[in-house]
Amino acid sequence: MNFEAHLPVLQIVVPLLGAPICVLLRRKTTTWLFAVAITWATFAMATMLLLRVLDGGAISYMLGNWAAPWGIEYRVDTVNAFILFLVTLIGSVVIIYAPASIARELPDVRINLFYTAYLLCLTGMLGMTITGDAFNVFVFLEISSLSTYALISLGADRRALVASYRYLILGSIGATFFVIGLGLLYMMTGTLNMADMAVKLQPVIGTRTVIAAFAFLSVGLSLKLALFPLHAWLPNAYTYAPSFVTAFLAATATKVSVYVFIRFFYSIFGVKFAFEQYHLDTLIIPLALIGIFVGSLVAVFQSNIKRMLAYSSIAQIGYIMLGVGFVSQTGLTAALLHLFNHALMKGALFLAIGCIVYRLGSANLEDMRGLGRRMPFTMAAFVLGGLSLIGVPLTVGFVSKWYLVLAALERGWLPVAALILVASLIAVCYIWRVVEVAYFQKADDHAEDSPAEEAPLSMQIPMWLLIGATLFFGISTTFTGGIAQRGAELLMGTSP
Amino acid sequence: MSDPGLYNYWIVIFLMMTGLYTIIARRNLIKKMVGLSIFQSGVFLLYITMGKVSGGTAPIVVTGGGATYSNPLPHVLILTAIVVGIATTALGMALIIRIREAYGTIEEDEITAQDLAS
Repeated sequence: MNFEAHLPVLQIVVPLLGAPICVLLRRKTTTWLFAVAITWATFAMATMLLLRVLDGGAISYMLGNWAAPWGIEYRVDTVNAFILFLVTLIGSVVIIYAPASIARELPDVRINLFYTAYLLCLTGMLGMTITGDAFNVFVFLEISSLSTYALISLGADRRALVASYRYLILGSIGATFFVIGLGLLYMMTGTLNMADMAVKLQPVIGTRTVIAAFAFLSVGLSLKLALFPLHAWLPNAYTYAPSFVTAFLAATATKVSVYVFIRFFYSIFGVKFAFEQYHLDTLIIPLALIGIFVGSLVAVFQSNIKRMLAYSSIAQIGYIMLGVGFVSQTGLTAALLHLFNHALMKGALFLAIGCIVYRLGSANLEDMRGLGRRMPFTMAAFVLGGLSLIGVPLTVGFVSKWYLVLAALERGWLPVAALILVASLIAVCYIWRVVEVAYFQKADDHAEDSPAEEAPLSMQIPMWLLIGATLFFGISTTFTGGIAQRGAELLMGTSP
Repeated sequence: MSDPGLYNYWIVIFLMMTGLYTIIARRNLIKKMVGLSIFQSGVFLLYITMGKVSGGTAPIVVTGGGATYSNPLPHVLILTAIVVGIATTALGMALIIRIREAYGTIEEDEITAQDLAS
């Protein structure tokens, strides 16, 4: 048996089988070590897949050796290999963070179940990304969603339960809309394989059934990726979930949904139908811009910094969708880059907040007075992540915004380019509020002379790894930029 | 059996709209779950309807062949979707139990009021 040939399926099978084993292992340190091993293994496999795809082009894997349009095909190309790499990278880094952070927030008996849900969530997201079968996307979407609801409900605050319930209702509506769209497409094409569907869809593309499918899919997926105004589930879910879960989800879950969105509208419906004939872009671009402004402005007025960053996530999703809506080579490059970059910086920022919550027991801004002196490293990381969020040069945030502005100018939309820059100024406001409180306000009473109380190293290291990555990829853009560019070429159909 | 025409699709739309309306209009968490289940049932029916071929029988190979079969694939897909639906309902119900333990109520208005008060 050739190990390398089976990489695409092992990518899914390993974490999927790891999940039930976690239930059986029971002891918390053992389960953690096991989860780390599994996550790192998926990262190694994703890296190997990415390298192979960059060298030799797309890989197609037939599950159980059933030929493509009938059997399920796993298809790895530059775009989804990049997303697989991103998801497993974030997973491998944040999993180091888990034990210290989770021990504070969960009773011991539930910890193995927590890792089970985490591995299932990882499986679901990897599956959504790697599969070339449209119905398979739905199955994996539900695997990741159901485990996400469970993970969010583990938050210490009782409001986590309501947030999780609300997400369950909205998420299920989104997923059901997705299945309706899929059913209508199947009705017209008789196939579920994405590549096959793209071909068979062309003769029937103008029919009312396909247009209905188009509408259902765009609404369903927009709900899952939290495009404004379908973002209602996001702020509470991120605010009340355990710190680890927030960092992991904020960096990966919405990104995978964006990928599925891109895949359906660029690869299956095709640029010509989705954007030139039915002008999905005239809907996405205004919504993305409103999302950027509303998200950023609401973030400025939050007193809970976790919620502040959740609203900033809505704004950042706006940036990504803006890139998608430009329907150009540069626009898509910007979208894919920002997908990756935002995952790095938002992951790092939420990890920093996790450290703060670990020490202070709250994420309220007013409790953070003078924190710059008491937790210098964590706050330094927060500031660096915040600079990246604003888009300061030498950070990843600058690189993707640069491409976005370029894409806007390329289409001759000066006002849009100006709006992107203005929105960055709003980001300055909300990051500055934290900086001001943490560095320029005196801590009240005794807290001032207490010794430095940094979070444990096991939480600092992953945070700094992600911060390091935001700086590294902000300075050296050949790796990410190159892949994003090749991915964009593939999606626009300008490369074979 | 005579051709049912679009009858099934009307039922699908009716079920889906009933479900969606229930989710939006009801403030009781359990009733919302009921709405979600009805909404999903509508989709199940949609898939099963499109698998039906006029005059087709169950897809079991008969010796001699030549029979018309209904398309079995949508049925199989919907088996998966039913399982997903059950899992969603079970998880939703489990969450409602936890919410009731934490808040002492399952009425959304009262939960919101308690959150605002705290």
